[in-house]
Amino acid sequence: MVNLALEVGKTLQPEAIMFWILAPLAVVSALGMLFVKKAVHSALLLAWVMITLAIFYIAQGALFLGIVQVIVYTGAVMMLFLFILMLVGVDSSDSLVENIRGQRIASIIAAIGLGGLIISLVNRATLGVETIGLQDANSAGNVQGIAEELFTKYVWAFEVVSALLITAALGAMVLAHSTATKSRTAQRDQSIARFRGASLATAAGLPGSGVYARHNAVDVPGLLPDGTPAPTSVSATLEARGDMLTTKPFELEVKEVEED
Amino acid sequence: MTTAQLIGTDPGWITLVKGLLIFVVCVLATLMSVWGERRIVARMQQRLGPNRVGPFGLVQALADGIKLALKEDLIPKAADRIVFVIAPIISATTCFMSFAVIPLSGKVTLFGHKTVMQLTDIPVGVLYVLAIASVGVYGIVLAGWSSGSTYPLLGGLRSSAQVISYEVAMGLSLVAVFIYSGSMSTADIVAAQNQWWFCVTLFPSFVIYAISMVGETNRAPFDLAEAEGELVGGFHTEYSSLKFALFFLAEYVNIVAVSALATTLFLGGYHALPGLGFTESWLGGWFTVIWFLVKVIFFFFIFVWLRGTLPRLRYDQFMKFGWKVLIPFSLIWIMVVATLRVLSQQGAPRAVVIGFTTGVVLLVLAGSSLMESTKKRRIRDDAIGEVPAPSFPVPAIPGKSAIKEVIREMEQLNG
Repeated sequence: MVNLALEVGKTLQPEAIMFWILAPLAVVSALGMLFVKKAVHSALLLAWVMITLAIFYIAQGALFLGIVQVIVYTGAVMMLFLFILMLVGVDSSDSLVENIRGQRIASIIAAIGLGGLIISLVNRATLGVETIGLQDANSAGNVQGIAEELFTKYVWAFEVVSALLITAALGAMVLAHSTATKSRTAQRDQSIARFRGASLATAAGLPGSGVYARHNAVDVPGLLPDGTPAPTSVSATLEARGDMLTTKPFELEVKEVEED
Repeated sequence: MTTAQLIGTDPGWITLVKGLLIFVVCVLATLMSVWGERRIVARMQQRLGPNRVGPFGLVQALADGIKLALKEDLIPKAADRIVFVIAPIISATTCFMSFAVIPLSGKVTLFGHKTVMQLTDIPVGVLYVLAIASVGVYGIVLAGWSSGSTYPLLGGLRSSAQVISYEVAMGLSLVAVFIYSGSMSTADIVAAQNQWWFCVTLFPSFVIYAISMVGETNRAPFDLAEAEGELVGGFHTEYSSLKFALFFLAEYVNIVAVSALATTLFLGGYHALPGLGFTESWLGGWFTVIWFLVKVIFFFFIFVWLRGTLPRLRYDQFMKFGWKVLIPFSLIWIMVVATLRVLSQQGAPRAVVIGFTTGVVLLVLAGSSLMESTKKRRIRDDAIGEVPAPSFPVPAIPGKSAIKEVIREMEQLNG
């Protein structure tokens, strides 16, 4: 490990300059990803780590890999993550309640195992040796080289992975749509129901909300001819949330007029 | 010497000059296109448009920009301050980056140095543009989230879903181009079009790209992320002053960028119109820049034309169109293109190629007529159904006059 660090320190090429600028940034943002409070900040820092990794790939001559890393991971996967996280809201931070039992211990063991694997791998890295076969593999072009490997030698593994991904996508769709027990009424169905249903009373739409001398907004109901609030004149969402106001405070005090 | 090798011989200062030129051209293009868009839309709506500041109102966009910069810069209380500031920066920086691989001209002499007006040429140039576009969306999505308010959040969510979906269709439409040019480098793709432009030979791909590039740039009729009738201003509702100006700049530079990519991939890049090839050597090769600009302006005009003509799509229809029409269609088209390519590479006789093409065309026609007939049947099925008699007097339904009813009833009684 120490040898490796010393060896890297000795290279004085543009690549080394780039490394010494980007590597600390990558490490700092990777650590930041673990320690920041908001989930969206974590996701952003992870996206940044992925971009720096992509730049390293490109610097190593793996152009295709670097660009695809940005398109697939930063562009699609992280964006989907963000998509979910954004729905949580700006001010919420993660809850630290353990949902799956034993998850914490299992993840610590897995992390130690992975760390050990990585350390042993990095230790076995050799330095100062000319790479063999890189020129050969890239002789027809980097992209063509990858394509040939992927679609001839590793075509079976490639197909298996794609089948796995499609199964996962299908599974996600089935899970997401499992709650829909009845079909949603579309605009067309609603229109048909209005005109061909039991009565034509709502053919022209639902009654509007109330207009009063001191209030004019969607959160107060309109009044029926007998003076009771019209139930359908305020959105059901507002009613369920408890945001519907009563009409009492807005009514004008009308003096009783005596009939002759 | 290939383009990549030619660019490789550039000294550092030439690269700097090129980068600066690209930046200046992009900013000028934004100013001009804001003015152009307002004038063209005005003409389409029987108005005059801005014509006060400078000749023909040309400096109007500059004046508006200065006014925008001098406005008060607000950050809402509920906003996430850091992300709120970073978001417009991401948008405004990434939009320039895709121009690095766009070939603006053929071989020219720049300050006594033989080169091409292209910053760099990498073997995966087109993928690089896609990658940059996918990073650029972060600006919009983060702006929507960090504003801490409902409308921007909805705009940001819509935008991320929209761009992810339409990027798939866009990427698929490019595959046919890669298959036919045998490369993903922009310079090679332009070179492959010196006889036939890909918008002719790969017309379906061109159509798919043209549709998805409008979706990708959040422009009307696909501007659901900033639909002013539904979401106030969408993702940039809470932005003002220079931060808003950055989004504004990014939108227009992005339009120019996708137009430039469309020109490069489908309209032969800097090549002259067919039959006018002799003009490419005029002005020491610099005339090719004019051809390139003309084609980009053509695409820009189409963007404006669409905005002036089409109403905004409903969101679910828009997504349905992307996933259920564009993507399956482009997948089928790629299979057809790949088959044709393999046939022609293996030297299959012309009869086989023509037979295959005819078979595909017949299949498509049969499929579309089948769909048409089922659609008609469904409409007919829907039309059946009894109308209940209303509980109050209404005029007779046309064609069913009361007298005819009475006559029929009497006939039934008599007969």
